[in-house]
Amino acid sequence: MDFFQVFIELAQSTVRVSTPLILAALAGLFTERAGVFDIGLEGKMLGAAFAAGCVAYITQSVYMGLLAAILVSVLLSLVHGYASITQRGSQIVSGVAINFVVAGSTVILGEAWFRQGGRTPALSESGRFSAIHLPFADAVRDVPILGQIYSGLLSGHSPLTYLAFLMVPASWWILYRTRFGLRLRAVGENPGAVDTAGISVIWLRYRAVICCGILCGIAGAYLSLSAGAGFTKGMTAGKGYIALAALIFAKWRPKNILFACLLFGFLDAFAIRYQGFAFPLIGKVPVQLMQALPYILTVILLAGFIGKAIPPKAGGVPYVKER
Amino acid sequence: MSELAIELKGIDKSFGLVHANRNINLKVRKGTIHGIIGENGAGKSTLMSILYGFYQADHGDIVINGQTVNIRDPNAAIAAGIGMVHQHFMLVENFTVLENIMLGAEESQILNAGITKARAELKRLEKEYALEVDPDAVIEELPVGIQQRVEILKALYRKADILILDEPTGVLTPAEADHLFRILGQLKDQGKTVLLITHKLREIMAITDEVSVMRRGEMVATRTTSETSVEELAELMVGRRVLLRVEKGEARPADVKLSVKNLTVRDSRGVTMVDDVSFDLRAGEIVGIAGVAGNGQSELLEAISGIRRAKSGTVLLNGRPVDVTGHADPAELRKCGLAHVPEDRHHVGLVLKFEESENAILGYHDDPKYRKGLTLDVDAIRAEAEEKIAAYDIRPPNPRLKTANFSGGNQQKIVLAREMERNPDVLIIGQPTRGVDVGAIEFIHRRIIEMRDQGKAVLLVSVELDEIRALSDRILVMFAGRVVGERAPDATEGELGLLMAGVEGPKEAAE
Repeated sequence: MDFFQVFIELAQSTVRVSTPLILAALAGLFTERAGVFDIGLEGKMLGAAFAAGCVAYITQSVYMGLLAAILVSVLLSLVHGYASITQRGSQIVSGVAINFVVAGSTVILGEAWFRQGGRTPALSESGRFSAIHLPFADAVRDVPILGQIYSGLLSGHSPLTYLAFLMVPASWWILYRTRFGLRLRAVGENPGAVDTAGISVIWLRYRAVICCGILCGIAGAYLSLSAGAGFTKGMTAGKGYIALAALIFAKWRPKNILFACLLFGFLDAFAIRYQGFAFPLIGKVPVQLMQALPYILTVILLAGFIGKAIPPKAGGVPYVKER
Repeated sequence: MSELAIELKGIDKSFGLVHANRNINLKVRKGTIHGIIGENGAGKSTLMSILYGFYQADHGDIVINGQTVNIRDPNAAIAAGIGMVHQHFMLVENFTVLENIMLGAEESQILNAGITKARAELKRLEKEYALEVDPDAVIEELPVGIQQRVEILKALYRKADILILDEPTGVLTPAEADHLFRILGQLKDQGKTVLLITHKLREIMAITDEVSVMRRGEMVATRTTSETSVEELAELMVGRRVLLRVEKGEARPADVKLSVKNLTVRDSRGVTMVDDVSFDLRAGEIVGIAGVAGNGQSELLEAISGIRRAKSGTVLLNGRPVDVTGHADPAELRKCGLAHVPEDRHHVGLVLKFEESENAILGYHDDPKYRKGLTLDVDAIRAEAEEKIAAYDIRPPNPRLKTANFSGGNQQKIVLAREMERNPDVLIIGQPTRGVDVGAIEFIHRRIIEMRDQGKAVLLVSVELDEIRALSDRILVMFAGRVVGERAPDATEGELGLLMAGVEGPKEAAE
């Protein structure tokens, strides 16, 4: 196979694998920029994937599945919000709790409802997002380079993938060009400034958390309705944590998030493609090592290559009026 | 008699068992600068927070411009024409000036439309009040004086007629403070009403038209500034006569106890904070280090006391070299006769969750006299703590009380008692009276002079220039990490102020 074809295929699967990462990392961006750390991205995504799988199977409607995913994820976000904003609890503990509760309850409910070992039944075509083929994708398939890029890389993705990539500039615009964004960034840096300006810190943070829930919900729906055909247990497989790592790696900036997620996605795509592949000089690399590669590189990158990532100053700290 | 801008009637507020404000009545005339003075914990800030809608009073009425208003949140305060400049600035540090000013007053969902308007309005305000500031500068890159100006502009942008300033000069150089007072004078000329909260008597005398004194949650008196005196106000604040001038005799400097040569210290970001500093400290003298906060004084103290590693330079303590560039051990330094009262008592000087008696031996806890077999001799520790409590008049006199429950002044006395009673040769004191009340300040100052008269070498760092001038026998001024001059304690405030601002004095220029 010629080199360029390999590149296109690798890029294509990078885009696919990156999609949930981008959505989840943007979700984290909204809440963390507002000063609420969220380690529960993983749990929310998993819960959303499960809800999407169930509802899409029962209703046979992909959109009902997406809606259910968003609903469940927003509800979980509100639980996190209630614990960490209203009750001023530990944001880490609340996030971890959500991860555990979801990991356990999706399996139990799945087994109780469908008796397929924690899975939801496989979805038919109507229950899944079908790929969008851009116009003339087939016609230009054989045009070298440009045609290959157009039909092989740009065309043929799930609508949610296009949405995820559109959400990057959209998130930037919301955060930097709207009143809501200005206030959201302010509340993550100095909630006192927001409070004294006559804006409710609590309500603002709740709105940020809801934004997070919506995006996590779409990420979860992507997993079970687009990448897979139904929910399988633990199907997020640490993607929420990788998204969190990407968020830090990107220093909480939308544009950087895109590149960080593409990098992590590429590592994953690379590992999948070259499983059991005999490399020149090295020979066959054990599957386990290939699978661990993205995580190992994550650790190395985060430890040494990004310089100092300065988190939002008020991040992780519940707001209490000073006395 | 002109009309009233603010009238408070019977304001009462409790936090749990603490009665912060007791039946407060206050009248502030329109177009005046009205001072509110009182010790820490007298309830000034609580009262202002009620006026700004941060807290709600339990009882009482607020009348603004003749109308009773219900100020249930800062929005209502802003609507009533009240603006507040907080002691700790309420600015978003990585935002620009313009973004900070717009925050909460953006006018539309999408920023762009508002930005142009805000920029124009800001220009107008700058002109009207002579408050120049670059709208696109990022806050964290601006000096504190300018940051404060942004806070004032924020209030004016929201069309405030009444401006409350809470301890506005704490972070300013004397020159910046003077500039602020000129601005306030200008605001007054434009018909604005200014409420100035402070515990500095000098400021009250310099700028206010009227002054109200608070003590222990009550409003004890209101005076016309021109008809009162510093002594009377101090007495009203504390409730007894206070000696404002520190009385001290001639210093009798003897041998060099601490010798610092070419000390250079960098902070964690690699920025040089102390730059080639050299000085000697002799037994029986107090050397004061003056400077605006953040010019390397903190790092200097930390390096000498072994908390922070220096980049280069030497320090001799009692003639013996201290490994300041390597592993200077604070415990070892203590044994060699160095005592250190850290600037930040809450984070470095005390463990607030410990009992008083535990903090009274902190750092000296491995002394055999506190030991009984394998455990601490709690009885001996408490007995000693009680002696110190008596000697330093620490209140409440309970060695088993949690340290967090003592007031700032008493916490500071706990640290001072611990360090001074070890009979050190060299005593290093950072900010001895930060957050300490007038009454306790008098006591602490007397103790420091006593230490000197006992032949101790005292190094004093303080951002309070008055304190430096009152206590020191020699004054070193630090600016941008360097010692930019040495002056006698009778140097004028203006001269020191210029040095502190980095404007070199005529002496250095001639050299």
